[in-house]
Amino acid sequence: MQMLAISEHGDCGGVKMEAPLLEVKNLKKYFSINKGLLGRKKKFVKAVDDVSFTIKKGETLGLVGESGCGKSTTGRMLMRLLDPTEGQIYFEGKEISNLNDNQIRSLRKDFQMVFQDPYASLNPRMKVREIVSEPMVIHGIPKEERMERVEKLLTVVGLSAYHADRYPHEFSGGQRQRIGIARALAVNPKLIIADEPVSALDVSIQSQILNLLKDLQEEFELTYLFIAHDLSVVEHISDRVGVMYLGKIVELADKQSLYQNPKHPYTKALLSAVPIPNPRLKRERIILKGDIPSPSNPPSGCTFHTRCPLATEECRNKIPQVKEINPGHYVSCHLF
Amino acid sequence: MANVELREEVSTQTTIKLDKLSNKTPFSEFWRKFKKQRLALAAGVFVILLIVLALFGPAVAPYSSEEFDYEHVLEGPSLTHWAGTDAYGRDIFSRIIEGTRISLFVGLLSVLLGAAGGTVLGLISGYYGKWLDSIIMRICDVLFAFPGILLAIGIIAILGPGLGNVVIAIAIFSVPIFARIVRSNTLALKSTVYVEATRSMGAKDRRMIWKHIFPGTASSIIVYFTMRIGSAILTAASLSFLGLGAQPPTPEWGAMLSSGRDYLNTAPHVTFFPGIAIFLTVLAFNLLGDGLRDALDPKIKD
Repeated sequence: MQMLAISEHGDCGGVKMEAPLLEVKNLKKYFSINKGLLGRKKKFVKAVDDVSFTIKKGETLGLVGESGCGKSTTGRMLMRLLDPTEGQIYFEGKEISNLNDNQIRSLRKDFQMVFQDPYASLNPRMKVREIVSEPMVIHGIPKEERMERVEKLLTVVGLSAYHADRYPHEFSGGQRQRIGIARALAVNPKLIIADEPVSALDVSIQSQILNLLKDLQEEFELTYLFIAHDLSVVEHISDRVGVMYLGKIVELADKQSLYQNPKHPYTKALLSAVPIPNPRLKRERIILKGDIPSPSNPPSGCTFHTRCPLATEECRNKIPQVKEINPGHYVSCHLF
Repeated sequence: MANVELREEVSTQTTIKLDKLSNKTPFSEFWRKFKKQRLALAAGVFVILLIVLALFGPAVAPYSSEEFDYEHVLEGPSLTHWAGTDAYGRDIFSRIIEGTRISLFVGLLSVLLGAAGGTVLGLISGYYGKWLDSIIMRICDVLFAFPGILLAIGIIAILGPGLGNVVIAIAIFSVPIFARIVRSNTLALKSTVYVEATRSMGAKDRRMIWKHIFPGTASSIIVYFTMRIGSAILTAASLSFLGLGAQPPTPEWGAMLSSGRDYLNTAPHVTFFPGIAIFLTVLAFNLLGDGLRDALDPKIKD
């Protein structure tokens, strides 16, 4: 709460861009796994464990990590599709994590989501016109305006107005994702949470969708939280990147410093796995040993110590704190 | 990274080509699949015939169902009386035609009521879950524990005999069947991404249930609806046979069976023809239901 007071104060000080659009503090989501009828010993899956970050207006924050590291859960909590176990979410300085379902409903106008699977995220029984206009119906935009806007939105995302009377099954994956994006744009949101929007698409289509998202960001001053597991996709679209491992953000920095100068051993290992389109270029691969541990029983201390090539005794016992090693470059590791 | 170089134009070109491929509506797709099933198609035609008879029966029937003719009692099938006459000399064929209206009406209305109630309960149960789900499903389990006909007899015993009460009794024991089917469909649809997407837009529960979940359950409701009509007609006939439904002068098929029981050895046609009517009607509805299921199930391809 103190930190929020400071950031609000900073806003009053005149530097308007400094106030973050979205601020997340110590966000946690534990899923309980009940064993036995009378709730003997409750175990938890720590899907998201103490995550904090901010997103400034107009920027794109990329969130990367292996599957199961909690990046989608984080996105869902921001959308309030899941209730956080602990922690606060502030949107334009206002806390939204404690609002009830009715209060959050009108706020959802400012938040929209683009989903991973364009085949599953569109209702197969609805025409494109109905799909794209649905958020406008929900938020009470009159009918004539809706009809006009649907056709405009379809052209904006690279489809044509006459596509409005077709069903989703008549489109390809990339086109469907464009419909999903048009739907997300329908109510002029401020923040778009894109949950792996391109990972279900062909590589050639991925780039088209990424470029579309970039163009739309410029045109409509959008802010993105971009969730992905593909590092090169995230590099292309993001301004800042957060790397997640087992429900925690291990490193968060702007794109240049993260990709050129990674600090956390996990980030280094991830980056070394990105293929380089040059067969003659040799480089050192960091191969992590073992599998990702179960989030229901995470390792003690630093959760990465079981696979970290540089782990020490300290890593096994003490949970590392997030440190700002350079301005805007946060790392959670005992080495720094 | 290399793929980023590709430009947007590529997609817009392929877009236009793809569009020409299909202009199928869901209905034409359904019809294409349905008309391939000859048996179901024949059953459908028969059901339409029954509906026509139910609407215009008395006008089509050669004799009135109340026309007594003591000169021709318990006569076998002949050219003047196609299905023979009963103990009072009434033309059985005409009575069967007039009975169509009663049987279809009872079957349709009772299943309609049962399906409506069951659908609402199933949607609520599946969508809201938790204790509401437990309560509704446990009540359904209790109703399921009774054999349908026994439950109906029990309800009639409370409400008293009569066709109206037969409708209520059949409706009540149809409710849990629809509740279960709709609930399981609701559970599946509730977890789909498009329902989650709608929720993320800020839609109210009502909108999600009626706009996104209910249309998804409609096809299995239609299938079970058709199949249940068959068994509802059968149950209604059974109850009338037992004297709990339509009372004797009414040309109800079950009641006709019952009144012909005493002449089973001397004049079997009195029970045979109403029996055949029940049999064919129930069979037609079941075959039609089967055909609809195959045609409406998106997983069955050609």
